[in-house]
Amino acid sequence: MMQAVQQTATEPVDRARLIARLEKILPADALLHQTEDLRPYECDGLSVYRQLPMLVALPESIEQVQAIMRLCHALRVPVVARGAGTGLSGGALPHAQGVLLSLAKFKDIVAIDVEQRTARVQPGVRNLAISQAVSGYGLYYAPDPSSQIACTIGGNVAENSGGVHCLKYGLTVHNIRQLRVVTVEGDLLTIGGSGLDAAGYDLLALMTGSEGMLAVIVEVTVGLLPKPEGAQVVLAAFDDVVKAGSAVGEIIAAGIIPAGLEMMDKLAIQAAEDFVHAGYPRDAQAILLCELDGTHEEVAEHIARVRDILNARGATEVRTAKDEQERLTFWQGRKAAFPAVGRISPDYYCMDGTIPRKRLPEVLKAISEMSAEYQLPVANVFHAGDGNLHPLILFDANKPGELERTEAFGGRILELCVAVGGTITGEHGVGMEKIDQMCVQFQSAELSQFHAVKAAFDPLGLLNPGKAVPTLHRCAEFGAMHVHHGELPFPELERF
Amino acid sequence: MLNDIGTQLQDRVRDAVAAATPLCIAGGDSKAFYGRTPVGERLEVREHQGIVNYEPTELVISARAGTPLRLVEDTLASEQQMLAFEPPHFGDAATLGGTIACNLSGPRRPYAGAARDFVLGTRVINGKAEILAFGGEVMKNVAGYDVSRLMTGAMGTLGVLLEVSLKILPRPDVELTLAQALPVQDALELLHAWGRLPLPVSGTCYDGRQLVVRLSGTAGAVTAARARIGGDTIDAGGSFWESLREHRHPFFANERPLWRLSLASTTPPLELAGDWLYEWGGAQRWLATEEPAATVRAAAQQAGGHATLYRNMATREAVFQPLSAGLMTLHQRLKQAFDPAGIFNPGRMYPEL
Repeated sequence: MMQAVQQTATEPVDRARLIARLEKILPADALLHQTEDLRPYECDGLSVYRQLPMLVALPESIEQVQAIMRLCHALRVPVVARGAGTGLSGGALPHAQGVLLSLAKFKDIVAIDVEQRTARVQPGVRNLAISQAVSGYGLYYAPDPSSQIACTIGGNVAENSGGVHCLKYGLTVHNIRQLRVVTVEGDLLTIGGSGLDAAGYDLLALMTGSEGMLAVIVEVTVGLLPKPEGAQVVLAAFDDVVKAGSAVGEIIAAGIIPAGLEMMDKLAIQAAEDFVHAGYPRDAQAILLCELDGTHEEVAEHIARVRDILNARGATEVRTAKDEQERLTFWQGRKAAFPAVGRISPDYYCMDGTIPRKRLPEVLKAISEMSAEYQLPVANVFHAGDGNLHPLILFDANKPGELERTEAFGGRILELCVAVGGTITGEHGVGMEKIDQMCVQFQSAELSQFHAVKAAFDPLGLLNPGKAVPTLHRCAEFGAMHVHHGELPFPELERF
Repeated sequence: MLNDIGTQLQDRVRDAVAAATPLCIAGGDSKAFYGRTPVGERLEVREHQGIVNYEPTELVISARAGTPLRLVEDTLASEQQMLAFEPPHFGDAATLGGTIACNLSGPRRPYAGAARDFVLGTRVINGKAEILAFGGEVMKNVAGYDVSRLMTGAMGTLGVLLEVSLKILPRPDVELTLAQALPVQDALELLHAWGRLPLPVSGTCYDGRQLVVRLSGTAGAVTAARARIGGDTIDAGGSFWESLREHRHPFFANERPLWRLSLASTTPPLELAGDWLYEWGGAQRWLATEEPAATVRAAAQQAGGHATLYRNMATREAVFQPLSAGLMTLHQRLKQAFDPAGIFNPGRMYPEL
């Protein structure tokens, strides 16, 4: 499972011939094919999957990307695009017989239009670098995935990345205006426009979150927002996660859309507190961090209402950050939750399901029961506002069988998310990791429709083959192992 | 009224596929004027009605495509919530399905998002007469391609919408409309200056004479913003924005062809003869003109945007901005992927689709 990842079979190309052809397109230092040079590319942020690519191409111009795509298309060579490699679902896992196309050299912010509040950037620009570049104009780019210091905007578009402010400010798909993409045949297309919409089908939405399966993104125009006048955060502690969950519902019902609304359970609180000393109450069963932003007047009004709700819902403690420093400290604990868990366990595995928020109590209870069953502790971090749950399973990869148990446990959590009306991935993508759970989320007709969409862009299946959408045969095999309610999914398929 | 005719619709589609009969997907006919001339046998979706799930605290509503838009909005209003994209109805019979199929959004669009931004999930019948479900009822969901948003604005050319799940938002506590008389350049400059500030602006309109601005938010926020924005309060602010959204504003009482230009908001006033009305901070401009279509489209394209012949009595031959060859090829392949027999609303968007 760890090393041998099943990939779509394509006729292996003659490696030497491909290198010779690519050397005519790229300078020598932009082409890597020695094993030691390939090693840094063997995995992305999900390091349990590893695979060396046949070679790595590092183009620096759109023309070079086009030439590479034309060549690979002509020779039927798979291409896997890669940004910063921070993805958590194995979406940029290389293909053994393919080219790993790194967009790392596309690092320029091409243009900033302050009046229109847009920035046209190359795909290798880091998420945070956009906000930093426009900060002087009082603007920022809203989506803020936790890896924003390192992850690139091209990867954000490919994964439709989120962050802690999604409920109010949306995902990547809500915050981009235009893309330039190179098709599998090497054609350059502009998708979207300078206005707020474009003629024809919404290809901008279709490209966003398509995980490198449809085209290669070579330029992104993002929309920018004025920085809020003020932001304030309230920390509330609860002796019961159910109470914390119902407080979240009450805040929403009061007509307030918080900029961020995060929940952490006891293990996550303690790990974070021990790590960064954010002032979290170590004995609480759950804490909520509720951030309000907007004009000073709006923030003041909303903070007062949120405090009332939290107290009325039985919070054992409600603390408003007394100044900007404390606000950042409160957030630091949350933002450090993953590395904090990393300190108390040799390894951890981050899951990414979304559930209807009201189902939280039963989901947490079921996760806790599974934790006992698999004998693996879990810390829960939850984007409570939008229902996106990140259970962190603690394990030790050096102990025989623990990774396999972790993966089985994680799969069960995702299937639970589907069962309660949610989804197997809120923001990390399917990639390689959740490909089997796609068989749980979707029926064969829907998966076939996805394959038809893929074929409309990439008839030969050369872009990121084997990711994001499972074959029906794969689902049949997976289904044979996971019989639900006595019914086999995909009954129309032969079993192997 | 709850009524599920999904399987009957599926049967009709199956028959149409078998007989290669083009279908004209019909809801309330309120947008029958929009797009190229409908052709084919009518597939009535209006009877497929009902709000199937509404969870105010989950910020989501799911309803069958034939559900009257008015019913959806009234239901949300009873919980102090709303469709934040403020869709135009263009008639009492408007349905949710038609609204999503057309992806039409009202004055709040630049400040809250378009119809497509609020679509969380759909159930559709594809061109194999299969009922498929994409997305869902949760805010964050990146499993599979975003087919629900692809359906939004596809004018029914990719499938029959059966059910739509939408993100909803709370209604603002307070709304206030302000107006001030200004020349067009000053109005555009002011709009962009405001756009860079964290102000609770939720609607903007310039009619050639005065700039009208709507503020939405908490009482304190609106009062504070009013002092910064200035202008005179319009008492009947609500009905002003409704008349604008529904094209009942006097500007739209015009016999000439009506164009919608979607442009970079910073585009200077275009040198095209006719009457102009600006919305969306300058990004949506209405033009009533007799100028040749090619002239209008070229000007829109020059500005990085596109022009739609929104309403026209004379001809509906070419409505939407032509696509580049590369994009049209992709569109045709997508059409083929969803509707291989080519039966759904053929030619409603482009002759090739």
